Amino acid sequence: MSRASRLGLRTLALAYLVVLLLLPVGLVFYRTFEHGLSAVWYWISTPEAISAFWLTLEVAAIAVPLNTAFGVITALALARGRFRGKALLDTLIDLPFAVSPIVIGLSLVLVYGRDGWIDLPFQVIFSLPGIVLATVFVSLPFVVREVTPVLREIGDESEQAAATLGASAWQSFWRITLPAIRYGIAYGVVLSVARAIGEFGAVSVVSGKIAGQTMTLTLLVEQRFDNYNLAGAYAASALLALIALATLLLMTRLKPRRSEG
Amino acid sequence: MTLGGTPPEQVQRRRAARRARGGVALGISTIWLSLIVLLPLAAVVAKSTQADFWAVVSAPRTIAAFELTIGMSLAVAAINAAFGTLIAWVLVRDRFFGRGVIDTLVDLPFALPTIVAGLTLLSLYGTTSPVGIDIAFSRWAILLALLFVTLPFVIRSVQPVLIELDPEMEEAAASLGAGPAESFLRVVLPNLLPAIVSGAALAFARAVGEFGSIVLISGNIPRRTEVVSVLAYNQIESDAPQSAAAISVVLLALSVLVLLAIRRLAPRGATA
Repeated sequence: MSRASRLGLRTLALAYLVVLLLLPVGLVFYRTFEHGLSAVWYWISTPEAISAFWLTLEVAAIAVPLNTAFGVITALALARGRFRGKALLDTLIDLPFAVSPIVIGLSLVLVYGRDGWIDLPFQVIFSLPGIVLATVFVSLPFVVREVTPVLREIGDESEQAAATLGASAWQSFWRITLPAIRYGIAYGVVLSVARAIGEFGAVSVVSGKIAGQTMTLTLLVEQRFDNYNLAGAYAASALLALIALATLLLMTRLKPRRSEG
Repeated sequence: MTLGGTPPEQVQRRRAARRARGGVALGISTIWLSLIVLLPLAAVVAKSTQADFWAVVSAPRTIAAFELTIGMSLAVAAINAAFGTLIAWVLVRDRFFGRGVIDTLVDLPFALPTIVAGLTLLSLYGTTSPVGIDIAFSRWAILLALLFVTLPFVIRSVQPVLIELDPEMEEAAASLGAGPAESFLRVVLPNLLPAIVSGAALAFARAVGEFGSIVLISGNIPRRTEVVSVLAYNQIESDAPQSAAAISVVLLALSVLVLLAIRRLAPRGATA
């Protein structure tokens, strides 16, 4: 290929990325910090911002471990088990990726809301449990999808050898299987955390957006934008964008090691 | 017994125990999936039967929203197929300063919350645009938002295939007299096509249900810039859960169809 056409393709590809991705993200950071750090600090240290920040972390801290446990167990069933309906289970796992977040929010309201299918003694919708359920729903497939291929790749010879040598299933899981899939799990967890912190649509349906109580960071961005508080919206966005960048760096570090033992 | 090794019957018992635990794993995952995902979705389907389903679904506002959403998602899939392949090619076959950084940043739309993505695009291409491009509250804004959030799909599905694909094939084609365009169309493209199609299908699926990145930037004008998920959201907010459920069921059916199609295209593991 000639040098000119190679340069042409490179320019076209980079121009697309710059216009769509780099310029907008760069501008948000510029807009956030153009009036100095103290203004940013002011908007991310208001009581409602701090409460939103902790709520967001709390939700992720509950949802991600649940999905990690489910993810590893399901990956084991999918990679090691032989049962009818495996293809169906495998497909259903992906549903949360395909379903619109609004449908997810609505579905939870219909089950746990007023006149819903399940009446629990505590409030779910417009409260923390609802936000957690929505977050678990949307981030359900990540760990499964990262761990299953690793389990398939490493095979079960070592596990069988351990069993032959007298290891119990627990011992073989903790000493053989888990170390082999740890980077796969870590990668899935990073993706889950990013999604849990960033979820907006499903959470906006179930949260009720009560300031200081059920307002997550992403909801705070929207609320400030709707109230023409652009500086506040940009500051909260920049905080979320920094979390996203940290996620990205972790992903880059973990990616080549995903299938490493 | 006291000598080393494990007696056969004990091995067999262990195997049986492993199978039983396999059953436990399967049981746990099935129950969890049913409680978290399937039961709620069933509630949506059930609720939709309480609405006058056809009246809701065939209302002009609903039809306009579906036409807009599907049309935009198809456009997004097509543009992604072209530019995603191009970017993947440049990232794999080209060498230039900053390539590693670009390669990392391609995943940013997956990591960035969608509401931030919407705000981001609005700050550059909205009413206060510093470059004088104001597309806020138009269909172009929806297209832009969808292109932003679906950017990584085709790139990330084509990239590994392209890395595996031997550059010598292209060189051989070139030495046999094929021009670069011909060698790409007849040698590279056929090999990439399954990955391009499955990436584009994932982008389509994502675009059809997208909400967060669109809601700030599209203006949500009924019958003009209101996509299906925003319409469903508006129905929930105006306390019409039956209508929202009816619209959701159609959206859900569409998602499931796309999901099954993707499964056909790429049997496993291509969804991450």
